[in-house]
Amino acid sequence: MSKAIYKPVVNKKNAIKLRGWDLAFMIIVCVVLALFFFIELYPMFFIVIASFSDPLAVANGQALFWPVRPTLDGYKYVLSYTVIWLGYANTFFYTIVGTAVNLAVTLPCGYALSRRDLKGKRFFMVLFMFTMYFSGGLVPGYLNIKQFGLIDSRWVLIIPGAMSVYNMIVCRTFFASTIPWELHEAARIDGASDFRTFARIVLPLSAPIIVVMILYYGVGHWNEYFNAMIYLKSRSKFPLQSFLREILIKGEMYKEEIAKGMLDGEAIQDMLKQLDTINMIKYCIIIIATAPMLAVYPWLQKYFAKGVMIGSVKG
Amino acid sequence: MSDSIQRLAAPRRRSKARKTLLSVLRCWQVYVMLLPALIYIILFAYKPMYGVLIAFKTYKMKLGIMGSPWCGLDNFYRLFNSYWFPITVRNTLTLSLLSLVLGFPLPIILALMLNELKSEGIRRTIQTVSYAPHFISTVVLCSMVTLFLSPSSGAINKFIEFFGGKPVSFMASAPMFKWIYVLSGVWQGVGWSSIIFTAALAGVDKSLLEAADIDGATRIQKIWYVNVPVLIPTIVIMLILQCGSLLSVGYEKVYLLQNDFNMTAAEVISTYTYKVGLEQADFAFSTAVGVLNSVVNSIILIIVNAISRRVSETALW
Repeated sequence: MSKAIYKPVVNKKNAIKLRGWDLAFMIIVCVVLALFFFIELYPMFFIVIASFSDPLAVANGQALFWPVRPTLDGYKYVLSYTVIWLGYANTFFYTIVGTAVNLAVTLPCGYALSRRDLKGKRFFMVLFMFTMYFSGGLVPGYLNIKQFGLIDSRWVLIIPGAMSVYNMIVCRTFFASTIPWELHEAARIDGASDFRTFARIVLPLSAPIIVVMILYYGVGHWNEYFNAMIYLKSRSKFPLQSFLREILIKGEMYKEEIAKGMLDGEAIQDMLKQLDTINMIKYCIIIIATAPMLAVYPWLQKYFAKGVMIGSVKG
Repeated sequence: MSDSIQRLAAPRRRSKARKTLLSVLRCWQVYVMLLPALIYIILFAYKPMYGVLIAFKTYKMKLGIMGSPWCGLDNFYRLFNSYWFPITVRNTLTLSLLSLVLGFPLPIILALMLNELKSEGIRRTIQTVSYAPHFISTVVLCSMVTLFLSPSSGAINKFIEFFGGKPVSFMASAPMFKWIYVLSGVWQGVGWSSIIFTAALAGVDKSLLEAADIDGATRIQKIWYVNVPVLIPTIVIMLILQCGSLLSVGYEKVYLLQNDFNMTAAEVISTYTYKVGLEQADFAFSTAVGVLNSVVNSIILIIVNAISRRVSETALW
C-alpha cells in the first residue's frame, strides 16, 4: 500500500563518481578492451580490404587500413573458378542433409533420456557418456568405416557423425528443465501417444534448443575437412573445405585448369610470377568461403550463447 | 522356515519384474526414440573399440582384426624405441601446456573486464566481434596465419618493417611454431570460451555488490571478493576437463600448419598417428600410439579429478 512512498530516489547527480584507484582501474580496463577489440577485429578486416585492393599495394604494405585502388578482379577470377562452386554445392548438401540427420537422432534421444518414467536411464547415460572419453582411435575407426563400405561414399560425412553425445546431453538438460512434467500427464490423459506428445507438444516448445542444435551441427559440417580428407577419394564429392585446403594451404591453384588443358605452360609461368595476384585470390576465396557463416552469425548470436549456458548447467 | 519365506518372496519378485516390464511397455515409444542413437553409438563408437586389439597384434589386412596373430607388446617396444616418439610427446606437451597457461586465464579475465563495462552496447559489440573467429574454419584460419606471416607480403611483417625491423619468416622457423599455434588458437577461441564465464557472472548476487559499495570497497576488491568466488566452480570444472585432454592436441590445425621446416616442433602424437596409420598403412603401430594416448589421458583426468575433489570439493564425479 505504502510502497510508493519508499520508492528509492535515483538521482543522476548522486550516482557514485569514479575516483582515484577506481578511475585508474577503469581506464586500464577500457584501454585493454579497446586493444583486444582491435586485435580480434583487425585480421578479419584486413582480409576484406586485401580482397578488394590492388594486389601490389597489399604486397607493399600500403593497404593496411583502407582499400587502395579498389578492384573486383580477384572476385571475377574466383567466380570463374569451377571447383569452388562444386565444393560449395557439396558442402551445402553435407550441411543440410547432415544437420537433418543430426537432429533426427539427437532430439528424440535427448527427449527420451529426459523422461522421468524411462527405466534404466542411468545405464543409458553411462553408455553414452563413456564414448565421450574413450574411443577406439583413428585406425580402428577407419577400419570400421571401411567394413561398412562407406569409403568414398557421400554418407561417410553424414552417418559416422550422426550424433554428438555432448549436444545430446545439452538437449536432454533443456527438455528436463523447461518442459513441465504435468504437460506429459495432461497429454497422456487426453490420449496422446508418446510420439504425438513429442512431435506436437514438446518440439513446438523447444524452438531455442532446436535453433542452437542446427547452428552447432551446421557450423561443424560447414567447416569439416579432416574426415573428408581421410575418407573421400573422388574430387566430385569433396566439400568446400577440401578444395580450400588445396588452394590456400597447398597452393595448388591451377590443377583443374591444367587437367582440362585450359592453361598452357607459358600461361602458368605467367600467372605464377604474379604471386601477389595469387594472394589476392586467396583473400577473395577466404571471404567467399566464410561469408555465409559470418553473415548469419550475428543474428543468431544470442542462441549460441544460450547453448553454451545450457550445456554448462550439467558439464 | 526358509523354504516358506522363499515361496512367499518368489511371487512378489515376479510381480516386481512384471511391473517393470509393464512400465517399460507402457512407454515403449520412448524406447523407440532412443533406438537410433543407441544403434549409432554401438556401431560407430563401441564396435570400433574392439579394434584396439590391433595394438597387440601383427595386423594383416587379409586376416582381419580377430584373425591376425598376437604379438604381445612388440608394437609398444617399437614405439618407445622409435625416433619420433619422444619428439612427438614433447611437442604435444609443449603445445597443450602453453595453450593451457595462456588460453585458460584469458577468457576469465575477458569476462571479468566485460562485466565492468556499464554500456550494454559497447559490451555487445566487443562480444559479437570476439565470438566471430570461432566460426572461421580451421582451413581458413591456417591460411590466414600463413598469409599474415608471409615474409614477403604478410601484414605482420609489414608492421615489423614499418617499425624498422627485419621481416621474419615465421612459418619456416621451428621455435616459432608453438607461438603461432597457441596465439592463433587464443585469437580464435578467447571470446567463445569467455561465454561460459559471462554466463556464470550473471549469477552474482547484486545485494552483495551493493553491500560492498556501502562498505567502501574499490572495484578491484569487489571483483576479487564477490565476482571471482562465483566463478570458482566453473573454473575448476573447466580446468579439470582441459587437463584431461593434455595429451590430445587435435590433428586438424597442427596438420595444416606443418611444413618441412618446422616439422621437428610441429609433429604431435595425433598427426604422427595419422601419418603412420593411414599414410604409411602401419595400422598396428598407429593403434598402439592411440591406445597409449588414451590411457595416459585417462590417468591424468582421474588424478586431476581426485586432487580437485580433495582441494576444492568440486569434481566431475
